[in-house]
Amino acid sequence: MLHIYCPHCEEYREEEEFRPKGEAHIARPKAPEETDDAAWGDYLFFRKNPRGVHHEQWLHAAGCRKFFNVTRHTVSYEILETYKVGQQPTARTTDKGGAK
Amino acid sequence: MQRYSGFGLLKHGLSHHENWQRAWRNPEPKSKYDVIIVGGGGHGLATAYYLAREHGITNVAVVEKGWLGGGNTARNTTIVRSNYLWGEAAWLYEHAMKLWEGLSQDLNYNVMFSQRGVMNLGHTLQDMRDIHRRVNANRLNGIDGEVLDVRQIQELVPIMDCSRSTRYPVLGASWQPRGGVARHDAVAWGFARGADARGVDLLQQTEVTGIRESGGRVLGVETTRGFIAADTVGVVAAGNSSVIAKMAGLRLPLESHPLQALVSEPLKPVLDTVVMSNHVHGYVSQSDKGDLVIGAGIDGYNGYGQRGSYPTIEHTLQAIVELFPMFSRVRMNRQWGGIVDTTPDACPIISATPVGGLFFNCGWGTGGFKATPGSGHVFAATLAAGKAHPLAAPFTIDRFISGKLIDEHGAAGVAH
Repeated sequence: MLHIYCPHCEEYREEEEFRPKGEAHIARPKAPEETDDAAWGDYLFFRKNPRGVHHEQWLHAAGCRKFFNVTRHTVSYEILETYKVGQQPTARTTDKGGAK
Repeated sequence: MQRYSGFGLLKHGLSHHENWQRAWRNPEPKSKYDVIIVGGGGHGLATAYYLAREHGITNVAVVEKGWLGGGNTARNTTIVRSNYLWGEAAWLYEHAMKLWEGLSQDLNYNVMFSQRGVMNLGHTLQDMRDIHRRVNANRLNGIDGEVLDVRQIQELVPIMDCSRSTRYPVLGASWQPRGGVARHDAVAWGFARGADARGVDLLQQTEVTGIRESGGRVLGVETTRGFIAADTVGVVAAGNSSVIAKMAGLRLPLESHPLQALVSEPLKPVLDTVVMSNHVHGYVSQSDKGDLVIGAGIDGYNGYGQRGSYPTIEHTLQAIVELFPMFSRVRMNRQWGGIVDTTPDACPIISATPVGGLFFNCGWGTGGFKATPGSGHVFAATLAAGKAHPLAAPFTIDRFISGKLIDEHGAAGVAH
């Protein structure tokens, strides 16, 4: 069971209150109509999927219902930090796998 | 290769079974192969087997970081079926189903393929609409399927609680009589033995650490036992496909998740078919040894840890106990997780890449075991010809750019 610190509620809660929502820091192309198919497909479907440190979005679904970001190791599952959307992580991706 | 037979068993019995030939060699790597397969699970070994048998390409190595069939091949719930909604997927899985039906004879290895039927339960009106639609689509594709009502389900599975008093009452089911289960380890071992006998080198404890390429063409793979050259490299690395792709500078539309399963203590025979429910999310069958084999959903977060989370076990067992009240006191023996590489449309990727000679067969997600022979068969044809086998052609990486997805996610109505 993961214990996750919600940066909005400012307390540790159990995994079941949260929903993982995939890779963080994916920016929607600013001008979709000018974006070619390859870039749009990359935005929609292609992911880093690292074997190592990963930045991902979580939703505190059964709590404050706000999104925030988590830096987590995908082999040990250790959570290195949680931070609000708009903030930058301090722990960097040092993965062996997944494309940048 | 020493053929297995009833007479052979009798003959070896006379010498106390001490003189059986090893099932496969443990060779030193050569400096160059025509084809290297990265990943020694069921799909990789099947690819090597069909390369040798169907295409006469025997200068082949299978490079495996652990032992043969030690990843998802050994970690799945062994369910085989082909009742997919969309034509492209249905044809691919039905191709596999037809190979399953003759596989033990073909390999001269008992894969214990048991066509005991697979039942997908419906618990809501929308489930039932989807089931009708899917069964009709299956029959149009020449795949067996029936819609069962509650009375028919109760006849097939007397121990299931089909009353109206359950939290999610069973309203009906789809039924594929040709579906069933197979012995997962035997599948890997049978393909390994068949491939080895035709000259394929199975290189275990050999981890790929890099892909060497030059001028947009693959030259071979760097491994923990040195560089091995090859004209063609086929990557069949399941949950670690993204890791290998990164070595070649490629990006894939994959996310790796833990998928777990558990088995109970052995029981006397109580369940002679496979029961799956997508709605309450659990599936169960009983192995020949007597233990209940129970499957769970994936953990929602990315992970490579080969273990599952406790909330997922609890969620699955709640569903199983609700459907089968008599299982409430059964003790679970073991629990484990495998790492599945899921695609956005829940269909595999069998594809060439921008790197010449480098091919990927991945993205089988939560349901790859059932496709093992078909996957190997079409991927071998793809590697041999350098272009996609007709059944594999819709499954290129390009579909995630063109948008021509094969959306089996919700539509198949399945927990794999």
